[in-house]
Amino acid sequence: MIYRETGTFSTSYIEDRKLFPIPFDKWAMGVFLLFMVFVVPLIASDYWLAAHLIPILAYGCAALGLNLLTGMTGQLSLGTAGFMCFGAFFTFNIMLRSPEWMNLPLAMVLAGSVTGVIGVIFGLPSIRIKGFYLLVSTLAAQYFALWFFRSYPYFLNYATATVTLPDHHFDLFGIGDAFGVDMASFEAKYLLSLGIVCALALFAKNLMRSSTGRNFMAVRDMDIAASVIGIPVIRTKMLAFFVSCFYCGVGGALFCYAYLQVLGIRTFEMNRSFEILFMVIIGGLGSIAGSFYGTVLVYEFPILFSWAGDYLLGGAFDTAVVDNVAKILYGILIIALLIREPGGLAALWLTAKQKLRTWPFPH
Amino acid sequence: MKTKIWITGLAMATAMSVTAPVMAEGDVYIPMPVYRVGPYATGGTGYFGGIIDYYTLMNMKEGGVGGMNIIWNECETNYNDQKGVECYHRQKEFQGKQALFFDPLSVGISTSLVAQGRKDKIAIIAVNHGRTEGQRGDVFPYYFMPGINTYDEHSIITAYIGQLEGGMENLAGKKIVLLFHGSTYGREAVEFTHMLCEKHGCSSEAIEVPHPGNEQTSQWLKIRRSKPDYVVLRGWGVMNPVAMQTGVRMGFPISNLIGNIWSNDDGDVKPAGSSANGYQAITTHPTGRVAKVIDEIVANLYEQGKGDLEDKSRIGSNYWNLGVMAGVIHLEAVRVAQARFGADVNSAQVRWGFENLNLDTARLTELGANGLVPEIKTNCMDHVGGHQAKFMRWVYAETKWEVASDWIDGDVELSQAIIDAKAENAIANEGITPRDCNDPAQRDDFEV
Repeated sequence: MIYRETGTFSTSYIEDRKLFPIPFDKWAMGVFLLFMVFVVPLIASDYWLAAHLIPILAYGCAALGLNLLTGMTGQLSLGTAGFMCFGAFFTFNIMLRSPEWMNLPLAMVLAGSVTGVIGVIFGLPSIRIKGFYLLVSTLAAQYFALWFFRSYPYFLNYATATVTLPDHHFDLFGIGDAFGVDMASFEAKYLLSLGIVCALALFAKNLMRSSTGRNFMAVRDMDIAASVIGIPVIRTKMLAFFVSCFYCGVGGALFCYAYLQVLGIRTFEMNRSFEILFMVIIGGLGSIAGSFYGTVLVYEFPILFSWAGDYLLGGAFDTAVVDNVAKILYGILIIALLIREPGGLAALWLTAKQKLRTWPFPH
Repeated sequence: MKTKIWITGLAMATAMSVTAPVMAEGDVYIPMPVYRVGPYATGGTGYFGGIIDYYTLMNMKEGGVGGMNIIWNECETNYNDQKGVECYHRQKEFQGKQALFFDPLSVGISTSLVAQGRKDKIAIIAVNHGRTEGQRGDVFPYYFMPGINTYDEHSIITAYIGQLEGGMENLAGKKIVLLFHGSTYGREAVEFTHMLCEKHGCSSEAIEVPHPGNEQTSQWLKIRRSKPDYVVLRGWGVMNPVAMQTGVRMGFPISNLIGNIWSNDDGDVKPAGSSANGYQAITTHPTGRVAKVIDEIVANLYEQGKGDLEDKSRIGSNYWNLGVMAGVIHLEAVRVAQARFGADVNSAQVRWGFENLNLDTARLTELGANGLVPEIKTNCMDHVGGHQAKFMRWVYAETKWEVASDWIDGDVELSQAIIDAKAENAIANEGITPRDCNDPAQRDDFEV
């Protein structure tokens, strides 16, 4: 009954290229966004905002970046956390060393652009090498970022290990003072992250529908064939690295500013790169929405399990047992999911949507 | 059939949920952000085991703290910053009761929470470690590092080397090498080691061991070339036994290798085998059954099968003793607060308690903790309070540590300048308005 295309006709090409061709989809998305913007900040507690929604948005941003590179353009990367590290450190330094008028979203965009340029430099080997070999060379970006910021304490403002990010960095154009709003509250941080992530996701969605996006996919599917039909392969790959690292940089800045509230090198160690790679693979390579599904699953599952373990069995077993069982179940779930549906959660969702379209008469 | 299984499962779960802690009137709640799994589980199980054992003992013996029963619940952090932050937000309130303080035993987690703790008015505790400028209570009112800080640690090590040489004046002309772990933790001591040697006329050299440190031949060849009189080991995990073995193989006398506070666990020396015999390391809390309170825990808990450690041989080990020491400090802070505000204290009042600790020998004897816990006296400007430590020596034949020195004081004057500079930096860049510790009104206001 839902997701019916029947009766929906496009009378022009513009209408045919709409983001949500099915009206139900459009309405559902609209209601969802309105709910996220207006209702969630009112009803969600600090715990839900600070420990669930904000980290999911930050991770989601980075996962989206990696998905653009790996899922859309087919360039494997293990440097995600390194690029997040660049983004976070540059945002902090821009905020710290700029005059009054500088504000956080602008600083994130600038830092993201610098990260993008660094990404292009580390992406240069992709001209010659492919697949797993490229994975090794992007790994260099990961180690370089950590080494760089460890060696030049200037970027951490000479602090020993971590810097607490000051609240006044969050104030936008004096809105906080003018209206007496706490711009560093979790509600404000959540809305800031949500705004940035929505804008970036929309941009990514449209990018993939443009000729640039089609170039990305052509390079992914077979770069020799792509060059034969006249797609500038090198430029496309470099552009993919730039866009992807921009997203990762902004994601890293959100991770530190909105979520952890602390900037430190240890946040961006190797395992963070793997975590984001898993999010992308589980969510669905090459799917914008899939990046977020994967993020939610990878981030939430261990927490929800330990939470449930706490409430149901609290005290009966010690936390080590609950934690280890959670890891076992999590592993089984992922194996089962990837065997049943190698396309990840996004493919699962598409199947569900298809089923809903023909329901209740599937034949 | 399937439904049946579900119902049975649910019924079992409900039956078991009875064991979950339930808050009642007259309870205080303390969160327990443990790490029982992962690479640092030895530290986590020992430390939090010690705290839990001490709390349990107090619940049995004195009905809790100041007549208020102590309730806690666990949240597994894996020693992972991000999980720790999630645990903090989950645990800062439990069944309507606010957490009294938060002690995660992790530099990463505790520093991530410095600003958040202040907003929520919950003190963040980091025993014997943490962000060194956090000593300045006027700048970081909700951050406490009872015991010693990194600078104390290294000035005490230098003072001990002076004792071994028969006086500080004999340090002149000696050479000391700092062999440090290639991390922020390791690097923190480099600058200060040079400052100390400048003061005492010795020469110093810092050599880095890249993480994780399981191969140190090139570093020790370098040490052999520069012929130092002492090597100070600032290690972590596997780096420690490897340093001992490689050093001995290269002919460096083990008695001149001095370990820092994270290089002093049984787990550090045992893998090194006979090489570790005579190795000396700093500690704030001697290992073994050194205090009355430990004997009480053994008699009342472990002999009744109620202790938290699964492996009883770890009673008296380094991390477990540190946990008992932390438990003593925690509850003393609560008692100090209760003395001023009444039995049902809130977290801001306990913060004031942490700031006004006065654990002198008389009080420690009263608590049965003399010999385990160092004297700690905190105030508005000093959130560390102890600044003293002992040394112990590993006896391979008996597989135990023996106490090698009396309490030695840290060089507080020398470290104060560098702490102040870092605190000023935090004031300038983190938007902190410090309080005035000389103003009695601001000093005694518990809700900063």
